[in-house]
Amino acid sequence: MSKQNNAPPTALKRLLRDPQAIVVISILVILGLAIIIGPLLSQFDPARTDLGSALAPMGENGHILGADSAGRDILTRLLFGGRNSILGALLAVSVAVGIGTTSGLIAGYFGKWFDTLSNNAASLLQAVPGMVILLAARSVIGPSMWWMMAIFGVLLSAGTFRLVRSTVHSVRNELYVDAARVSGLTDWRIIFKHVLRVVRGPVLIQAGFLMMIGLAIQAGIEILGLGDPGMISWGGMLSDAFARILVAPQLMLWPSVMLATFCLCLTLLANSLRDALDGTQRTSPATIRKVNREIRAEMAAEAAFYADNPIMMGEDELLHIEALKVGYAAPDGSITEIIHGIDLQVNRGEVVGLIGESGSGKTQTAFAAMRLLSEGGSILSGRVVWKGRDLSTVSEAEMSTIRGTEIAYIPQEPMSNLDPSFTIGYQLMEPMRHHLRISKKEARARALDLLRRVEITDPERVFKSYPHQVSGGMAQRVLIAASISCEPDLLIADEPTTALDVTVQAEILDLLRKVQAETGVGILMVTHNFGIVADLCDRVAVMQLGEIVERGDTVTMFKTHDHPYTKQLFSAILDPEEIREPYVAPSGAPSPAAASLVDTSLVEEAEGRLETKTVSKGASA
Amino acid sequence: MLTFLARRIVTGAVMVFAISVLTFTLLYSTGGNAARRILGDFASEEAVALRTQELGLDRSLPEQYFDWLTSALTGDLGSSWFRAVQVNEELGRRLTATLSLVAVSLLFSVIIAMFVGVLAAVRRGTWIDRVIQTTSLGAAAIPGFLWAIALVMLFALNLRWFPATGFVRPTDSIGGWIHSITLPVIALVIGGVASSAQQIRGAMINVVNQDYVRTLRSRGLSPRSVIFKHSLRNAAGPGLAVIALQFVGMLGGAVIVENLFNIPGLGSLSANASIQGDVPILMGIVVIIAIIVVVVNLLLDIAQGWLNPKVRVS
Amino acid sequence: MSRASYEAGHLAGRDALGQELLQGTDRPLDPNAPLLEINDLVTDFPLKGFRAKPFRALKGVSLDIRAGECVGLVGESGSGKTTLGRAVLGLAPVTAGSIRLKGQEIGNISAAVRRRVGRDVQVVFQDPYTSLNPAMTIEAILAEPLLTRKVPKAEARERVAHLLEEVRLPADAMHRLPKEFSGGQRQRIAIARALALSPELIICDEPVSALDLSTQARVLDLFKEIQERTGVAYLFITHDLDVVRHVSHRVAVMWKGEIVESGDTAQVTRDPQHPYTQRLWMAAPVADPAKQKIRREERRELLAAQAEAGEATLAFAA
Repeated sequence: MSKQNNAPPTALKRLLRDPQAIVVISILVILGLAIIIGPLLSQFDPARTDLGSALAPMGENGHILGADSAGRDILTRLLFGGRNSILGALLAVSVAVGIGTTSGLIAGYFGKWFDTLSNNAASLLQAVPGMVILLAARSVIGPSMWWMMAIFGVLLSAGTFRLVRSTVHSVRNELYVDAARVSGLTDWRIIFKHVLRVVRGPVLIQAGFLMMIGLAIQAGIEILGLGDPGMISWGGMLSDAFARILVAPQLMLWPSVMLATFCLCLTLLANSLRDALDGTQRTSPATIRKVNREIRAEMAAEAAFYADNPIMMGEDELLHIEALKVGYAAPDGSITEIIHGIDLQVNRGEVVGLIGESGSGKTQTAFAAMRLLSEGGSILSGRVVWKGRDLSTVSEAEMSTIRGTEIAYIPQEPMSNLDPSFTIGYQLMEPMRHHLRISKKEARARALDLLRRVEITDPERVFKSYPHQVSGGMAQRVLIAASISCEPDLLIADEPTTALDVTVQAEILDLLRKVQAETGVGILMVTHNFGIVADLCDRVAVMQLGEIVERGDTVTMFKTHDHPYTKQLFSAILDPEEIREPYVAPSGAPSPAAASLVDTSLVEEAEGRLETKTVSKGASA
Repeated sequence: MLTFLARRIVTGAVMVFAISVLTFTLLYSTGGNAARRILGDFASEEAVALRTQELGLDRSLPEQYFDWLTSALTGDLGSSWFRAVQVNEELGRRLTATLSLVAVSLLFSVIIAMFVGVLAAVRRGTWIDRVIQTTSLGAAAIPGFLWAIALVMLFALNLRWFPATGFVRPTDSIGGWIHSITLPVIALVIGGVASSAQQIRGAMINVVNQDYVRTLRSRGLSPRSVIFKHSLRNAAGPGLAVIALQFVGMLGGAVIVENLFNIPGLGSLSANASIQGDVPILMGIVVIIAIIVVVVNLLLDIAQGWLNPKVRVS
Repeated sequence: MSRASYEAGHLAGRDALGQELLQGTDRPLDPNAPLLEINDLVTDFPLKGFRAKPFRALKGVSLDIRAGECVGLVGESGSGKTTLGRAVLGLAPVTAGSIRLKGQEIGNISAAVRRRVGRDVQVVFQDPYTSLNPAMTIEAILAEPLLTRKVPKAEARERVAHLLEEVRLPADAMHRLPKEFSGGQRQRIAIARALALSPELIICDEPVSALDLSTQARVLDLFKEIQERTGVAYLFITHDLDVVRHVSHRVAVMWKGEIVESGDTAQVTRDPQHPYTQRLWMAAPVADPAKQKIRREERRELLAAQAEAGEATLAFAA
């Protein structure tokens, strides 16, 4: 089957589009080729001493990079040494990746006793610095570089094991792995088809870093004088040079350069690889800053116009959003507009519903009103007028005096919106102490009172609790308490019951109604649920793809709506009165599994006929 | 919290025990040749056999280990095979140099990495962030001993600001001690900062992107409070994990740095013992380092528990 | 696709498995016997910690599903409804009790036997974003269950084309990756995968909860349509009462690991008996301001009445 042209680029293609990766790969390839081919072409024997050329400078006697204190050609030794250094590091990496990946896959996927055992073994390997273990091992096995690197590979395998194990853990619980299991795939097939695919990227990246560590440790051993004296390596050259550092410091240069170049290239390559495998195109922080500067300039120009044309706000009008456009900086430095100039008003003591499906921009509108858009997002044009001030242009400092005290926010997901490291009481008191400048004692009393007002039965206990100790419904009550703590005029609630169970949702809706009645606060209710709009909202605005397509008073809206999209939404509401017609046993039709009684030879014969019939059916459908 | 601690202590003890068994097996499995190595190639067979018997190497491995363990538990780690020194005395003498070197380096690298990592995270996308990212990437990529050698060449041999080799005990002269460990500390700190600043930056950015940070901001708290009180507190957990890894890494780095700067610590001792094949010394070093690592990890676990209410309250 | 062609697919998958499988799924002689029978099912999950008492997610659940029937399983988080579905699929442990498919025990069977028998029970999960492997093309995803059962490649490809047609996706969808599709389209792909082996029962674990309102209605209609065409049975797990009314013939309500009420959809949804079912039914807001106002009042009265009754029984007990 032919490959689609519009298929997204593979990780390899992305890697080859990254200029840094290309440079790094070229360097590594050139050096690699030199190390493989170079020694064959060299006219010098790397081990032959020639006192006549001792410490020859670059270019003398045919020594391109000079000669060392024994008159041996430095270039030849660099290339020969490179072979051993790189092969040694490769040995360590292969051992580490081999042991680590295998054990990590088994431990992560099958778990049980092997998981416990291997996890403890990994801790053991990581408890003592590898260098110390290598020194101990060397006293027994002698100066063999290959053995040392193999042992080092075993020590490094603990890191690979951990990485693979945790990656497998996260994949194992993916629903697509469950689905594969249900489809009848064996465990090994799941490992090869689904798990290994996810593991190989991170392992490849880690292998790059391990290679670098392997080169470093191998040279380190040589510098300690523990290397194999009969073997040429970069570390050995460094060691020789360091011994003569007072006489001939220049000998340090080339082995250091080679080692540093290789290590740097490997790190950069691993980094490029990480970006390429990640694949998601993120807008870089630098681009965001650049785009934001441009937007600020445009907004400043617009502000002059708005200053000459102030909005006449009604007596009861709290929030007046006019021609609001919101956008996010795209990776290429352009702006993706997601809200295309919307108008929205909220009056004092009024509950306004903002309803839409995912991607309609309802939540982004709410965030824009509070200037809490995620990184890269900003108001492009229009104004958000609040008590005579345009919130789209006020300073961040001024904005933080408005947040919490005048406009407050109730988030969607209760558990992830409380700081896990602080008690609920502390999180309630902090904004009150900050904004109202009251004593700790007073703040405490007010916090407990707030908890009572949101109908928490044991306020003292909840006050002292950490977020992980309370249920989702309780956490949402706490968040509502926090939102009204500094007596704001407007609450912006972003799907405040979506993450909750139906029965808890009903309680929270009751609570919001009660709080609204008691405090007279206005509420901008972002939701996708018409039931909630019907339950709580005075007015409603329907959003679609960044625009408000229809708005009106809730009761009227439910009766008459004109916009096709609104009609479509309303028609999609399942009618509670419409119940599925009763079950009829499939007696007339042949039972689906009747064929299981048929002999296989007959099945094969029948199958050909039935298949052709299916095809014709499919074509006519 | 108490059961958590007790469990960690038991795990730590088991860990040290397991390491001692493994290392002992590795080091003493070639017991027969040890006496030959000690006495040299010209010693007679009888002398070698006699020495083997003296050292107790003719017995079975479990027997030898049991002997080693019982004396180790009373603080006696045996004596060197090549010099007339007690292992525990020799280790004690050398421990101060290594520990002071590693402790000072760890302290500096944690402080600097914290500062640099948080700064890069807070100022994400600015030139400061880019400079920090690029330098730390480069500095981490180049092996630590190359930095050490570069420092020696520049500051000791050319500028002659610091001594190239040698060590002054802090008990003899504080000034001399500072002078003698400055270069080795810098060499260790470069690698330490480079490898952990990135991770601290990552941990911090991860926290700043959490939902609750937006909610904290929605309450009008000052950016300072949101970043330095809430975000930093939550990033501290992952930060501690970085320190734990850093500590083990530095002990390893100290082996090479001590040798380059000729500091009489455990590192240089282990290199010499390794060349000679001085098994009791090596055995002692591995066990001592394992104990130190376990203790430091325990302290970090306690700090972790103190920072993380999920561990503390339950 | 008609019922006949559905069975054709059924056969196509089946013949490759040979005689062994045919014997494995022999149908009981009684044609009125239910397709799936769950009896006193208990599921324990071990908790972390030394000698910790396991968590009992299912406390003796019994349920049956007839061929071609849709049974709705309603409950809130922690009720055990998802665990029940996973136990039938062999993804959650069976501590006690039995699960029988066409009379054959499928509760506590080895993984190898499961792979043979399990083809008759397939699944559609809630989250269309994580239930499809992002690195595989749609064709690879849909062909996987067939290829693993040694269906020849060419035949598998043909079947994949049919499946896409059946869930109303264009044939060129085959060569694309999941991320190029919307939530609703992905859920259609998940349905196609569940149909690949022509199962007799599909466990639908909140299959429309993650979808937008308008998509939800269309996907629900697809579910119904496929059932009517092929006669496949559904265990339809959901927390949404409107959804359950819409698709199921019968409803079972789960609460704290037990089925507290079950019966025909009309009866359970219009005249619930168990206090929890009553509370649950009253809790969901109606998409009509006037009706919701009445509903709110009714709920308040119900809660007050239940509280009083609760206190009365407590007082009696004391």
